Amino acid sequence: MSDKILEIDDLKREFVMGSETVRALKGVSFDVLKGEFVTIMGSSGSGKSTLLNLLGCLDKQTSGEYFLDGIDVKTLDRNQLAKLRNFKIGFVFQAYNLLPRTSALENVELPLFYNSKISGKERRERALHALEAVKLADRQHHTPSQLSGGQQQRVAIARALVNEPVMILADEATGNLDTRTSYEIMALMQELNEKDQKTIVFVTHEPDIAAFSSRTVFLRDGKVVKDSPNANKKNAKDALAALPVSDDY
Amino acid sequence: MNIFNLIKIALKALLRNKLRALLTMLGIIIGVGAVITMMSIGQGSKDSIQSSLSAMGTNMITIMPYNNLPGGGGGVRLGASSIQSLTIADVEKLKRDVTDATEFSPAASASGQAIKGTANWPTTIQGVAPSYLDIRKLSVNSGIEFSDNDVRTSAKVCLLGQTVVNNLFGPNVDPIGQIIRFNKIPLQVIGVLSPKGYNTFGQDQDDIIIAPYTTVQKRILATIYFHAIYASARTESVSDLASEEISKSLRESHRLREGQDDDFVVRTQADLIKTLSSTSGMLSVLLTAVAGISLLIGGIGIMNIMYVSVTERTREIGLRMSIGARGIDIMSQFLIEAILISITGGLIGVILGIAASIFISSFLHWPVIISETSIVISFLVCALTGVFFGYYPAQKAARLDPIEALRYE
Repeated sequence: MSDKILEIDDLKREFVMGSETVRALKGVSFDVLKGEFVTIMGSSGSGKSTLLNLLGCLDKQTSGEYFLDGIDVKTLDRNQLAKLRNFKIGFVFQAYNLLPRTSALENVELPLFYNSKISGKERRERALHALEAVKLADRQHHTPSQLSGGQQQRVAIARALVNEPVMILADEATGNLDTRTSYEIMALMQELNEKDQKTIVFVTHEPDIAAFSSRTVFLRDGKVVKDSPNANKKNAKDALAALPVSDDY
Repeated sequence: MNIFNLIKIALKALLRNKLRALLTMLGIIIGVGAVITMMSIGQGSKDSIQSSLSAMGTNMITIMPYNNLPGGGGGVRLGASSIQSLTIADVEKLKRDVTDATEFSPAASASGQAIKGTANWPTTIQGVAPSYLDIRKLSVNSGIEFSDNDVRTSAKVCLLGQTVVNNLFGPNVDPIGQIIRFNKIPLQVIGVLSPKGYNTFGQDQDDIIIAPYTTVQKRILATIYFHAIYASARTESVSDLASEEISKSLRESHRLREGQDDDFVVRTQADLIKTLSSTSGMLSVLLTAVAGISLLIGGIGIMNIMYVSVTERTREIGLRMSIGARGIDIMSQFLIEAILISITGGLIGVILGIAASIFISSFLHWPVIISETSIVISFLVCALTGVFFGYYPAQKAARLDPIEALRYE
């Protein structure tokens, strides 16, 4: 397990706002190895979102190095970045970002539409397979409005899995969900990480969510203040079982 | 990213908003429908004018006498029919000289009262050669035509138009072989002309008696001059050449010196057709312009909706970009959506336009011709409208920053 999926070194990002220069990231360095489950924590204004945009190849650093799966991101242009996102990264957003009035299956298929090498038949098979991985194969024809929040997020995770990325990048993926559903999502994340060896980078500000990962990187004011493996990593399935059974269920 | 995937994506996006897509199409539907209907009506009336002119003989050339004296010779200027300049010698010379015209017929006409028993009818007798029937595209419905021999002998025979027959004999009497009188001269009816109806100018073309020119000249008018000479150009396209040859030949036989004005005028039908066609052509240009404006408004409608759509779907665009769509993919998607809207609208418009044209021709009995060109052109214009009015919204979408688009509320 020596492959480095993420390699960032002294990563800086500055924004010019009028006459002021805002230094959102002031030199961040860490690596993420293949198969790791890393959470990035920090309060708002810590540079979390900026780091996430950089890791997701949606933005480019002002200075410093960022290698994604061995590719130097700063040399790429807009179109190459899009291609890189298509091949290497699976996004999971806080607000799910599913297409409305579109079936779960079609939502999951979406990333494969932008890969011209994949035939219509293969696209369907892979989307179905991804939906099976999140245990929603029986809901493939439901539209987002017919699914619960947790189910919608699972469709979004399936969409992130479908292009077989080297890394799943989750941005507050449990932010809109209640505790039980959050734990369900985390259980799914853990399963994907342990069973399928998926590398997961999970941005959150909730410590109890971070506890499910194997390592946590703390950001404050654009710098890494703490980067440590979780000594007592919690199992989401156990946590789920320990939750009191609610009466309105 | 292949084009089929893009079309599929665009189609799915449109189907998510069926009503909006349909409403957006409405402008294009009405525009194209109007273009096709208007062009059909324009083309139809143009063709109907042309065909009614062809029925008169589009090759026909008319030669009439003309007063060429400066200031009309100082006295009262007389009408063309009273000028005495065209004679049988002119006709014979024309037949020898002119190669681009095949048939010549002199014409001497007289107005008067036709009488049969107690019935009488004011009409015109046209004294002509047998070739006149060919030149004017007339034919004999019953009975026979008169011959060159009848011309030689100034035979007292005539052919009647249907209107004259109706007024002198009534509907159920066979006039063949009967004797009528025209200005006291008895004439035997040997044939009845096929009805031609009214011409474009509202003249009844069946209100006529045709007789050998010698008969009219000697027995009715007592003159050796003609009121006109009719000729037939070999084809419509050489009628101008033929008219030049005719002028040359007539100037020789009338011994006109260089610089002296013609004492005759030569008119071809082609001139008339040109004038009338350009009038109806202008009409269809106007109608099409009006319809084109509605197409333009339809296009602006598309642009408007595409802008709204891009704004409304900002998050979707952000998402598509984050999962690997390039700027060009987003742009193509919106462009294809615009084109799909305009082409589908165009297709419905074409069907509607054809239906309206058929409706107009069968219920209002207007002459209507649906031309393939109008369909092809309006369809192409539609696709272009889609590209033109879809381009800017699509470009706006493609230029969005994925980070901001994802955060857009």
